[in-house]
Amino acid sequence: MATATKLIGKPIKRKEDPRLVQGIAHYVDDLTLPGMLHLGIVRSPYAHARVRSVDVSKALAAPGVVAVLTAEDVQGAIAPIPCAAQIPDMKPAPRPVLATNEVRFVGEGVAAVVAADRYALRDAMDLVEVDYEPLPAVVDLEKALRKDSPRVHDGLADNAAYHWALEGGDVKKAFKQADRVVKLRMLNQRLIPVAMEPRAVLAQYDRGDNRLTLWSSSQIPHILRTQIAAMLNFPEYGVYVIVPEVGGGFGSKLNVYPEEALACHLAIKLEKPVKWNEGRRENFLSTIHGRGESCDMELAVKRDGTILGMRARVLADLGAYYQLLTPLIPTLTGLMICGCYRIQNLSVEITGVLTNKMATDAYRGAGRPEATYFVERAMDAVAAELKIDPAELRRKNFPKPKDFPYATATGLIYDTANYQGALELALKKSGYKALRRQQAALRKKGRLLGIGLSSYVEICALGPSSAMPAGGWESATIRIEPTGRVRVLTGSSPHGQGEETSFSQIAADMLGVGLDDVIIVHGDTSAVPYGIGTFGSRTLAVGGTAIYRCCEKLRDKLLKIAGHLMQEDPAKLVLRAKQIVSKRDPKKSISFAETVGAAYTAKTLPPGVEPGLEATHFYEPSNFTFPFGTHVAVVEVDRETGEVKLVKYVAVDDCGNLINPLLVEGQVQGGIVQSIGQAMLEEAVYDDQGQLLTGELMDYAIPRAADVPKLETFHTVTPTPVNPMGVKGVGEAGTIGATPALVNAVVDALAPFGVRHLDMPLKRERVWKAIHQAPSESAGRPRRSK
Amino acid sequence: MGVAIHLQVNGKSCQDEVEPRLLLVHYLREHLGLTGTHVGCETSLCGACTVLVDGRAVKSCSMLAVQADGAEITTIEGLTSTPEANGGLHPVQEGFWEKHGLQCGYCTPGMILSAVELLRENPSPSDAQIRRALAGNLCRCTGYQHIIEAVEYAAKKLRARKR
Ligand code: FES
Ligand code: FES
Repeated sequence: MATATKLIGKPIKRKEDPRLVQGIAHYVDDLTLPGMLHLGIVRSPYAHARVRSVDVSKALAAPGVVAVLTAEDVQGAIAPIPCAAQIPDMKPAPRPVLATNEVRFVGEGVAAVVAADRYALRDAMDLVEVDYEPLPAVVDLEKALRKDSPRVHDGLADNAAYHWALEGGDVKKAFKQADRVVKLRMLNQRLIPVAMEPRAVLAQYDRGDNRLTLWSSSQIPHILRTQIAAMLNFPEYGVYVIVPEVGGGFGSKLNVYPEEALACHLAIKLEKPVKWNEGRRENFLSTIHGRGESCDMELAVKRDGTILGMRARVLADLGAYYQLLTPLIPTLTGLMICGCYRIQNLSVEITGVLTNKMATDAYRGAGRPEATYFVERAMDAVAAELKIDPAELRRKNFPKPKDFPYATATGLIYDTANYQGALELALKKSGYKALRRQQAALRKKGRLLGIGLSSYVEICALGPSSAMPAGGWESATIRIEPTGRVRVLTGSSPHGQGEETSFSQIAADMLGVGLDDVIIVHGDTSAVPYGIGTFGSRTLAVGGTAIYRCCEKLRDKLLKIAGHLMQEDPAKLVLRAKQIVSKRDPKKSISFAETVGAAYTAKTLPPGVEPGLEATHFYEPSNFTFPFGTHVAVVEVDRETGEVKLVKYVAVDDCGNLINPLLVEGQVQGGIVQSIGQAMLEEAVYDDQGQLLTGELMDYAIPRAADVPKLETFHTVTPTPVNPMGVKGVGEAGTIGATPALVNAVVDALAPFGVRHLDMPLKRERVWKAIHQAPSESAGRPRRSK
Repeated sequence: MGVAIHLQVNGKSCQDEVEPRLLLVHYLREHLGLTGTHVGCETSLCGACTVLVDGRAVKSCSMLAVQADGAEITTIEGLTSTPEANGGLHPVQEGFWEKHGLQCGYCTPGMILSAVELLRENPSPSDAQIRRALAGNLCRCTGYQHIIEAVEYAAKKLRARKR
């Protein structure tokens, strides 16, 4: 880098915070337009039913009601929800924006009601009369695959949406050579993302300009624009998507939803602005869910702990319809299933299963937490069976730093890593050896301390376009304005991650200006040329790199102009602190302002240089990045109540270079706590009729402040060679790395009872049962001290 | 069918006629345009809508506007005009900024107001006391640790001022 680094790497306070802490920032629901109407969706109370009739007459007659639509009214006018994922031989399961003749999950929209205000809307929605004929619901994955199971979609041969398989090396031979085969059946339960801001949509149509403006709480403004244009058959140049503040997404807003299309359709039809707010219960029912995979894993191992091969069969609960990426997510589990271990012989089979539930899709981690959980749980099962320390077993099977770039049996190239370095640091920071001694001492007294490790690798910076369903690049346009202020337009639209700050740090350092000289513009499709969005821990590594590269272009232009003005070779100039200085003679300089001015007055430009100071860069990454780390969880289980107390949590993550350590810290902590949620509390429970029993915050517990201990977080730094800043991404590390550490710790605590495995969430009841019904309870039950 | 109400919001007197079933949160957001108070559930489970009613932290989604008749209300927008703010940000707001106590910011106004109430009652809360006091405010982004640090920062600052 030619400019001196002043801001990159520093824990700078966020630029976005002053407006947020004062309550003067704007989320979609905060916007009001003159004449605005409110949209509500009447939803199915049945998981599977034929819709015999929908009578809207009473609702239409209710005070304040402007329109009521059913499927018939939008047939042909709004295409189904797009699915970008294509898997060979995948059965079709498109989601209509309103259910046609059949509803296929509880919460599916049947009618759309528009009224003058929220309260009138609620009243009117109750007046829509739908006559349902209930049909048997498909809920359980194994049962769903039986020949005699009812079908989620009529006419399909079975409920298997697809079979996806991958094989590497010689699996048969590996299993033949094994001293032992360790098997484990595990469930990575369905979760509900629960962004604190429910989704919200506002659409406005201007007939004069044939202009459709959509405000939506979304992670993907441009993709949304393209898809809305396609769904409504509206010219894309007339669609303007604006994403103001977004109150968290975690993947749940990386999608296209019926309400977005319906609000647009209605705004056009009624020529009035239309707003839709998602209630929390609707959010539980009809915004995407995550996870929902079960796995049968077998590891072929040698007596000394060397893993020779792996077989994994995964069933993935897709729900009733495909959302944007539904079928794709489980394949990420397949690609990452061998974790950070040298497992060159493997076979993975994944069956996507259709069920009468809300679709699953990308929830923070998206397929990778499942993979990590499966392999890390299985590693602990191997350690227990072979009586090898779990840390030693991991050490033994890591590829070494010199093996990178490392080609996995699943066809990926891991960029760079030092798995052992992260492991050793985590062991040291947690006092692992002392913990093991403490555990032994406590066990003698009948107390149940458990220590759990998880070494993980994740696939981030999604990704090279060749491996992505619809492009994996990111764009940046940077304009140095005549007054010397820098406007950065980015296609990555953050929703809480703080990139207005980290992107400013990059641009400011690269262009030699101050943090406040830079403004980051995102989430406005008419300002930003195009973009892919924020997901898959890609924003900094892909979006940030686009900005970096774009700054290089502008810097070169500035130096060219300055060189011309100074009669100096541009190669001999550097840009720093708003000055362009000669490397040969530091006294020779010209101000940034003067150079910028020259670019705009355009009287003294070097030949061939265009006036103005604007550049655009579409950055195409050459590979994914593969952050890694080791987490250590220490728990104590109360044998009388089954309560799990998290005593200590140590995380060592390696996300390459840190642009803003404060923001990285926030991502890591938030992710780990979401993992604590999955491991200990959260589960989307459907009954056998397909009713969501955990359909409200009352029944679905996300972690509260008092549920989590102080987390101790550390880093090793192994910069990636994939991008010039050596950054890898960190948004999902916590949800990927932490869950297995927590479960491994609880299972470790219960080892004296012969407990081999427990499925999440580890609620008291489940843990208590495991203690009190354990096979070896009578034989090996440790005594309790007085 | 409107009911007359008269209340003080952020020091300003407001007189209105409202439907009896109108929630306080909707009154604040839609009638007064104070959209800093957020709605995360409408069922008193998330705390995003927390405001101070006569100094007590209240979930404004579980209170009717008519119940607030005669009350003095402080929303997030009014915090900078409280005496503790001293003409700038309130120390709790400042703490959230300093300690990176927010990411998406959606839970933040409610969190801040719950913390303001806590610190008025207990100027030196322990880590556990802060966690308990914020148990009614959910945050899905931060993992809470930075929020705890933000409240500790504010507590320290407020104590230093009193000396
Ligand atoms: S909106 Fe009031 S507690 Fe959630
Ligand atoms: S900062 Fe996003 S919910 Fe708390």
